[in-house]
Amino acid sequence: MTPLVHFDEVCVEYDAGREKTLALQPTTLEVAKGDFIALVGPSGCGKSTILKLASELLAPTAGHIFFAGRELGAEPVRVGMAFQSASLLPWLSIRDNVMLPLKIVPPFREHYRAKRKGEYRDRVDALLAQVGLLDFADKNPWQLSGGMQQRANLCRALVHDPDLLLLDEPFGALDQFTREELWSTLQDLWMARGSTVLLVTHDLREAAFLANRICVMSARPGRIIEDRQVTTPRPRQISQTFRPEFVSIVEQLRELIVHAPAAPQIPEAAQ
Amino acid sequence: MTPLQRKFASAALIVGVFAFWELVCLIFGISDLVLPRPSQILSTFIEYAPAIWPHAWQTLYTTMVGFVFGVAIGLALGVLIGSSKLAFDTAYPLLVGISSIPKVAVVPIFVLWFGAGTVPAILTAMIICIFPIVVNVATGIATVEPELEDVMKAMKASKRDILWNVGLPRSMPYFFASLKVAITLAFVGSVIAETVASNKGIGNMMMIASSMFNVPMVFAGLLVLSVLGVALYAIFSLIERRVAGWAMRKGS
Repeated sequence: MTPLVHFDEVCVEYDAGREKTLALQPTTLEVAKGDFIALVGPSGCGKSTILKLASELLAPTAGHIFFAGRELGAEPVRVGMAFQSASLLPWLSIRDNVMLPLKIVPPFREHYRAKRKGEYRDRVDALLAQVGLLDFADKNPWQLSGGMQQRANLCRALVHDPDLLLLDEPFGALDQFTREELWSTLQDLWMARGSTVLLVTHDLREAAFLANRICVMSARPGRIIEDRQVTTPRPRQISQTFRPEFVSIVEQLRELIVHAPAAPQIPEAAQ
Repeated sequence: MTPLQRKFASAALIVGVFAFWELVCLIFGISDLVLPRPSQILSTFIEYAPAIWPHAWQTLYTTMVGFVFGVAIGLALGVLIGSSKLAFDTAYPLLVGISSIPKVAVVPIFVLWFGAGTVPAILTAMIICIFPIVVNVATGIATVEPELEDVMKAMKASKRDILWNVGLPRSMPYFFASLKVAITLAFVGSVIAETVASNKGIGNMMMIASSMFNVPMVFAGLLVLSVLGVALYAIFSLIERRVAGWAMRKGS
């Protein structure tokens, strides 16, 4: 079966004045439809670069990215994205914030005017109910706690049924308890919708709890040094993360990142 | 302090300043040729109100027309400059250059082109209030959080989508802040122009009054200007609260 997303020897160089920095070494990664992949690694290793490539915010310097067997960019890929800061629009209610993609992304945008008060509203409300925010639909973002804002942010990234959900440290700014709550919320959403998720995170427990596959990356210029399956059955419980077998996965990941072999420098590649 | 007490305090301060002024003039016997007492100013104002009214109307008219044109041009330029990094970097130095010209200096040019009267006053009011609007609107649009922009771009939003859904609403608080500055500046502009070259308007009235040493009348002119200025400021504050109240994080 062709993978949904296929990074084929993709590499990225940033132009910083005269010098070129290699951000991502030639990397190959296959993402199956419905998979949940976590990307972990030291900061600056190019985790976010992979998300930017997948969302077409960044073009690869070399290599190819295929989506469903066709080169990325050939036809529009529906992407949902969420970052560490919820970046909701303060002048809109939570409901209207979540509805924003339906106003912009085709084919929803063509019917936005006609359906925003009916079908789309129901769609948004159903999603908000799923994450426990329905009672707050008419509030403005700043009236919600950080964790609730991040729930709304997840809803905004999901409301248009993206082919690909890209999450860049979405829970990085939250406290431990809120974070764990949101892990469960995200797991529920993923199990209910079967989305394909790429999650960038610093938190190894988060990666091991949420993901089917964990890709460990080396320090800059990044490359994938380990690709590991997490087979724990779903739905996973937070309490499981304190069991020895889970703790040992986290420990092994940590070892891999801390003792990652220094990446060989290939200055020729900079030409 | 409760909001009511706070309002009372600022009202008391205003009354206090005028009372202090009145007392100082009385105690030191200051001539009304130098500094008339507030009570003299008020009585002059009431006495000459029918004569002052057309001048006040003229000043209000030129200011508002200039202001409306200034806002339209400022908003358009601000959107243009704010939505493109290239335009921002290219046009900014020119704007700063133009804005640093004292606006009094351009009045003679306008008079040369359009003759003395209403047109130079309108143009001066307009040109003086463009700059703060351009800068504020452009800043509001240009400083959209990069992450939000990425979220939008990942949805394949066009530049126009981003401007319409994020940039413009986001710049509204900046826009209204600049409107409040601009409306007071517009008064400065039109009064300067009237002072230099006009036969009508509060500026012109004050010039004539001062040449006749009618100092209470000059101050009555100032009173009219400040009342007009405060009234317009208050109107725009009210509109601001309606349109961009979200920025003040009040209400729901």
